Amino acid sequence: MTFGPERTATDLVRSIRSGETTAARAVDGALGWIRRIQETGLNAFLSVREREAREEAEEVDRRLADGEDLPLAGVPVAVKDNISVSGGRTTCGSRLLEPYIAPYDATAVVRLRDAGAVVVGKTNLDEFAMGSSTENSAFGPTRNPHDLDRVPGGSSGGSTAAVASGCVPLALGSETGGSVRQPAALCGVVGIKPTYGRVSRYGLVAFGSSFDQIGPVAHTVEDAARLLSVIAGPDPHDATSIPEPAGDYASGLEEWDPKGARIGWPTEYFGEEGLDPAVRSACEAARHAFGSAGAEVVEVSLPHARYGIAVYYIVAIAEASSNLARYDGVRYGYRAPGQEDLISMYLKTRAAFGDEVKRRIMLGTYVLSAGYYEAYYGRGTAVRGRIAGDFEAAWEEVDAILSPTTPTPAFPIGEKVDDPLAMYLNDVYTVSANLAGIPAISLPWGSKDHLPIGVQLMGPRRSEGALLKAARFLEREAPPRPTPRIRAEEAVP
Amino acid sequence: MTISADDVRHIARLARLELSDEEVERFRGELSKILDYVAQLEEAEAASAAEPEAPDSPLREDVEEPWPDVKPLHDEAPEIEEGYVKVPRVVE
Repeated sequence: MTFGPERTATDLVRSIRSGETTAARAVDGALGWIRRIQETGLNAFLSVREREAREEAEEVDRRLADGEDLPLAGVPVAVKDNISVSGGRTTCGSRLLEPYIAPYDATAVVRLRDAGAVVVGKTNLDEFAMGSSTENSAFGPTRNPHDLDRVPGGSSGGSTAAVASGCVPLALGSETGGSVRQPAALCGVVGIKPTYGRVSRYGLVAFGSSFDQIGPVAHTVEDAARLLSVIAGPDPHDATSIPEPAGDYASGLEEWDPKGARIGWPTEYFGEEGLDPAVRSACEAARHAFGSAGAEVVEVSLPHARYGIAVYYIVAIAEASSNLARYDGVRYGYRAPGQEDLISMYLKTRAAFGDEVKRRIMLGTYVLSAGYYEAYYGRGTAVRGRIAGDFEAAWEEVDAILSPTTPTPAFPIGEKVDDPLAMYLNDVYTVSANLAGIPAISLPWGSKDHLPIGVQLMGPRRSEGALLKAARFLEREAPPRPTPRIRAEEAVP
Repeated sequence: MTISADDVRHIARLARLELSDEEVERFRGELSKILDYVAQLEEAEAASAAEPEAPDSPLREDVEEPWPDVKPLHDEAPEIEEGYVKVPRVVE
């Protein structure tokens, strides 16, 4: 049984459905690679569902034999460890949830199972998804498969490293501010942030509830589209889920006609300090690909984009400080032992949060506290409206906006851990989509010193179908991708 | 924007976080730096800007759905006695 870094979920499903291989063999292969890849110190997985995954794969083979139509039949999938998978750990990369066993499946996970996918393991992340490098995990950093001394990005760095290294063809990540797209760019894979409400948040551990969104990670646009089609759609368990049914985003992907398409080039994004010339060149090459195929490339202005990080770090941390109040050691998770009274128990329990989580709880509490609420939260919310308004104005002129995903390729582990603000600025191109609730996709385009670069396409709310077609066009035009140094086929002796 | 060590201790108390003296000093510097950065929003003159488009969130019927098995939920609690979650004493 072979499937490695280049084997897509689409191919694997075809092989399984045709009887060329089985779900049991596909899952067995993935489990083998995960074990070997873990020995390299990549640290992409926090837990592996060895026994459960094998049983579930056999069940998928039985369902196939019964004639069930399973769009992700037998595909091994990795799930970020802030998304609930019943009966197993969901640590959020935190000591606070180390003892916690998820008592139910997230809606996205229910839909994966219904589609015949098999969750093989849970992936590493920055604690409570707070970070851009996966260095903030209580269980050690994940490394980049392209260079083990560099970060994979974050906070979904475990999921993107798991896909990039070929352990699994598909993974779920989550975004509050760029946490799927940024690590996808740094690991050289495709990552989608769907429209806010497109994928149910039920079972996703809350961080910034007006931002949070589960998103697909895959090798190809087509695979990502298949995964999104399965997990998207309305859910009675999430009142913010979009009521309209999800589309079949993988159909008609090749049919996009660049002639007549209008692609926006956001001038402010390219005036940002700290944009690596190689990343700028990648975007210019992608722009040229659109232009020479007959698309109209139009300069657009997003004048409030430069406030994105400031707004994000007010509004998202305000929500985070409220959401993380639940970790009190009372009903579930870690409780500091031997405390005499309730307040001491709270204080000692919450002392187990890592530095970045404490920092954000502190900031969030500050901006919501008496006397500061209007100056920070009120103003932040208002500027958030302006950022969304900039996009609304842009959609009058263009169908999608092309930009960098990140200012630079992957940076060395440890480089930014002592400078929180420098770390936050990694998300300068991604947070606007979260603030505005619009869909965005990052896909690989070229490299610098063998490190992958990502380019981003953003579109209007609910435009996933059109956005994925434009992304598929770019993917066909893109230069060859760099090969990860650590990948599944090389880990097999 | 410089915040004092007492400000940091006050926020920590509100957030139920116990910080060491070293953490208070470190957070004082880091939080001041971040608050300086977000202060740029003052120039955005956003007071009159529209609120972001509210997401669609129609209310569903309020129908009771009993949880199939409460035992695993009880098992999550660090300490439980006769079906009640137990905590250290609340009042003197």
